[in-house]
Amino acid sequence: MIIVDQLTKHYGPFVAVDDVSFEVAKGEILGFLGPNGAGKTTTMRILTGYMPPTSGRAIVAGFDVFKDSLEARRHISYLPETVPLYTDMSPRNYLHFVGKIRGMDGSARRSRIDDVAEKCRITEFIDRLIGKLSKGQRQRVGLAQALLPNPDVLVLDEPTIGLDPRQIVETRHVIKNLRGEHTVILSTHILPEVSMTCDRVVIIDRGKVVAIDTPENLQRRMAGSDTIEMEIRGPEEAVLAALNSLPKVIGVRTRSNGADAPVYSVECERDADLREALASTVVQRGWGLRGLRPASVSLEDVFVQLVTSEAPAA
Amino acid sequence: MIRNIIAITERELRSYFVSPVAWVVTAFFVAIWGILFFAIVTSGREAVLRPLLSNFSITFLFVGPFLTMRLIAEEAKTGTLELLLTQPIREVELVVGKYLASLGFLAFMLAVTLYFPTLLEVFGDPDRGPMMAGYLGILLQGMAFMAIGLIASSLTQNQIIAAAVTFVVLLLLWLADVLTLGGAAAEVARFISISQRSQDMLRGVVDTKDVVFFFTVIVGCLFVTTQIISARRWR
Ligand SMILES: Nc1ncnc2c1ncn2[C@@H]1O[C@H](COP(=O)(O)OP(=O)(O)O)[C@@H](O)[C@H]1O
Ligand SMILES: [Mg+2]
Repeated sequence: MIIVDQLTKHYGPFVAVDDVSFEVAKGEILGFLGPNGAGKTTTMRILTGYMPPTSGRAIVAGFDVFKDSLEARRHISYLPETVPLYTDMSPRNYLHFVGKIRGMDGSARRSRIDDVAEKCRITEFIDRLIGKLSKGQRQRVGLAQALLPNPDVLVLDEPTIGLDPRQIVETRHVIKNLRGEHTVILSTHILPEVSMTCDRVVIIDRGKVVAIDTPENLQRRMAGSDTIEMEIRGPEEAVLAALNSLPKVIGVRTRSNGADAPVYSVECERDADLREALASTVVQRGWGLRGLRPASVSLEDVFVQLVTSEAPAA
Repeated sequence: MIRNIIAITERELRSYFVSPVAWVVTAFFVAIWGILFFAIVTSGREAVLRPLLSNFSITFLFVGPFLTMRLIAEEAKTGTLELLLTQPIREVELVVGKYLASLGFLAFMLAVTLYFPTLLEVFGDPDRGPMMAGYLGILLQGMAFMAIGLIASSLTQNQIIAAAVTFVVLLLLWLADVLTLGGAAAEVARFISISQRSQDMLRGVVDTKDVVFFFTVIVGCLFVTTQIISARRWR
């Protein structure tokens, strides 16, 4: 449903998103986890067609978000980090406005607004001015806006930020219920959040993908690991198999670097310095070892920066 | 296409009518117009609208910035622009929708002032031709001012800056023919001078060239605004 392929975004000389690739299957909830400034919002803005990437591409529901932006946007709903609300409107009128832009006719809007209002618990204050609502209430109006057009793909940027613990639980409940019906990407800098809501997690730091895994596996890997990056010229499948079969190797990922030798990120158990073992494995099989170095960002560095427990009540 | 424009225009118009700024501006200028009207009618004892209209057109130098400063700057600031730019609508639909809303409010303000010519009709026997030409002039000029203000509003998140930029640009255009001295520059200045053109119309002379000029300015401004919003995505 979503394909992100070597996405890169520069702000002037600053690289905010660096060669990010991942895929999301239909009906899946993907967590986008990373500390502040990791590049989550930037990636989501590219996915939703708000800004073009510097290079790379992203396909949503079969449409390139840059080349076929308008069509892609018809299949996406987006809840930005700063909830976009018109304070001089009521939630009901606001939802009508979004519905009109989404091409919904009057009766479709009315029944759908009742639905999402119920789901997001905004019925109680739906005719009050948005400007008079609390932070948590506004966040829910924003979520209702995203759900309104019943989109294939939902992109939610830190949907629980600024909510109190009870509202966080409620919001996560709403999101979990979207599984299967909608494809969801949600970003967060709170580690436990992903294990509670997501099927799979992309961890990103300083613009780079550090790991893609299920929450369970991540929990295991959090116990500690080191990552070594290797540039190897050789048959990719065979290289992967060989590296994976070594003891103390947790997992291997590849990414192309444009040249003919892809980069393999080999994740090893902590303190098991496998550099010699890895090198000799490659050399023995007659493949070309073009580079070997510890990864610049390790999973561990990232975990340290993440919020590892629930935020206290706001 | 049309549907999106209507949705944008409708929301924006609603926003105008609940905005205290718009009402204060309306009240303030209707009051000023009333005073001018009274002063001119009592001193001249003549049923002509021209002196009044030319004063109106100067007050639009101030009305324009106030009515347009919010249009895009506010949405950029509160983040609703991010919502709009990720919806399945084109930039041009957004721009045209916004612009039509500002014209709607302009039309509303002008409608309020129809009170004055009505009084003239009731108590005197004004020449209708020049009066209608005068109103057309005011309307065209107001429309051009709104389009210029829309550009300024798309350049910044700060409404005050948008209003100030609009005011300065309008003032320069207004005074263009006065500011330069001679030669080719004077030709250009006379050409772009808005006051020259609307003064002609207030005299009752509606030249197609002037109408074309104003519409060119408007279309040009809407085009530039659309380009600015598209370009902002690239930053
Ligand atoms: N418009 C911008 N111009 C310049 N730098 C930006 C801009 N937006 C974000 N950045 C920078 O890009 C990096 C990633 O930001 P962001 O995507 O917002 O991270 P996150 O959402 O993960 O906190 C940050 O270092 C931020 O300062
Ligand atoms: Mg962010």
